[in-house]
Amino acid sequence: MQDFMTEMSTLSEQPISLCFHCHKCTAGCPVVAEMEYGPDRILRMVQLGERERLLQSRDIWLCAACETCGTRCPNEIDIAKVMDALRMEALRSGIAPAEPDAAKFHKLFLFVVQTLGRSHEASLLIAYKLWTMNLLADMDSGMKLFLKGKVPLLPKTIKGRQQVKRIFVKSAEAMAKGQPSPTPAQEAK
Amino acid sequence: MNAYTYYPGCSLESTASEYDASVRAVFQALEVELHELEEWNCCGASSAHSVNPLLALALPARNLALAQPIGYDLVMPCAACFNRHKSADHELRHNPERREELEAIVGFTYEGNVNVRPLLEVLTLGVGLERIRERVVLPLESLRAVGYYGCLLVRPPEVTQFENPENPRLMNQLLDTLGAEAVDWSYATECCGGGLSLTKSNVAARLVDRLVERAREAGAEAIVTSCPLCQINLEMRQSGQHKMPIFYFTELMGLSFGLSEAESWWNKHLIDPRPLLTEKNLLSQAVVG
Repeated sequence: MQDFMTEMSTLSEQPISLCFHCHKCTAGCPVVAEMEYGPDRILRMVQLGERERLLQSRDIWLCAACETCGTRCPNEIDIAKVMDALRMEALRSGIAPAEPDAAKFHKLFLFVVQTLGRSHEASLLIAYKLWTMNLLADMDSGMKLFLKGKVPLLPKTIKGRQQVKRIFVKSAEAMAKGQPSPTPAQEAK
Repeated sequence: MNAYTYYPGCSLESTASEYDASVRAVFQALEVELHELEEWNCCGASSAHSVNPLLALALPARNLALAQPIGYDLVMPCAACFNRHKSADHELRHNPERREELEAIVGFTYEGNVNVRPLLEVLTLGVGLERIRERVVLPLESLRAVGYYGCLLVRPPEVTQFENPENPRLMNQLLDTLGAEAVDWSYATECCGGGLSLTKSNVAARLVDRLVERAREAGAEAIVTSCPLCQINLEMRQSGQHKMPIFYFTELMGLSFGLSEAESWWNKHLIDPRPLLTEKNLLSQAVVG
């Protein structure tokens, strides 16, 4: 079996072993104050193979995917992609996510897109509120948006929604079959 | 080029409807053709990349397949949609194995004849600031604003190919062209937490308040953005009594062009920009114009 760092390097297509912990990522991270570890310690923990601690951490769900860290990394590690890989691993490992609402939101959002071909805010928000039992949050601004005609009740759908559904099915099959192939940039390294 | 294919994206059909309306109005005023891509699908931002990297590329790839036979540049008003489509195009262009995989999933042959471009760049560099300047009838004099790009329009730079990712200038150049006073600040590409707005609202709110505070500190009266996720997050999560209006850059273009339909955009905002526009003497004139 591959070690955890190799697994995550393959899944994220990022050279995680190159990190020498200059902390530039953490210095520029907009959400580091909310995090338990911060991006550079996350990378260190991946290097050390601390799988359970990482997948249980709230940090992987707090990452805003703003790409500031990767843009500034002297070793060209796209750290947001490592965070993506950790979230994927957490979802498929069955470990309860430290931020369950984020995981629920992703699932619902993709379910709506798979069904309609496009997103539909009203369905998505109602389902999300019911599932998270957070019914009262944002009622005020939600109502305002509705009254301004910005959350249409009826979804727009497309004729090609079967094609979109097939893309979901085939992408899931390809993911299950094996990891995505490495990029030329990664091979060059 | 005087014709473009338009990918509005899901936000512009709902929470950013005034963005969509102002984009279409501005293109018409500039006499540039904008053809909405028929049958487009959601690009999956920002959930697909947390679940399956192939899905995150295959969803936008279907739109690229639809845009290929038309051949015009594909214009993206939403920064997240732009980022996802540009990432898919980047992979298709530079990674032959991934291209094969994506072609099989989507069922098309990639030709690479369509450029994926952000709306801000198409208007300022493609159509050009000169043509925009010629159309200005109501210079936005005395309106002090900061240009805000956020994350996904500029990063990661090797994918977005956007001008200087740490200090982009396009928005300031545009604001100058419209006659407004573009104020410099250090937070133009800092994250607003839009991706966390629903799931971690308190975190998003702290990021938003910091941005607004910094904009105010720099002397700005408004923030101008090109991203629908930033715009709604900045309006919805802003705290305090005196809230700062958040404009789409196309709205300010329409206002300075004297377009009468601009009137219908302000009511769509969660933070009403009309008091500020009235104070600046920009509102009544726009209606007359």
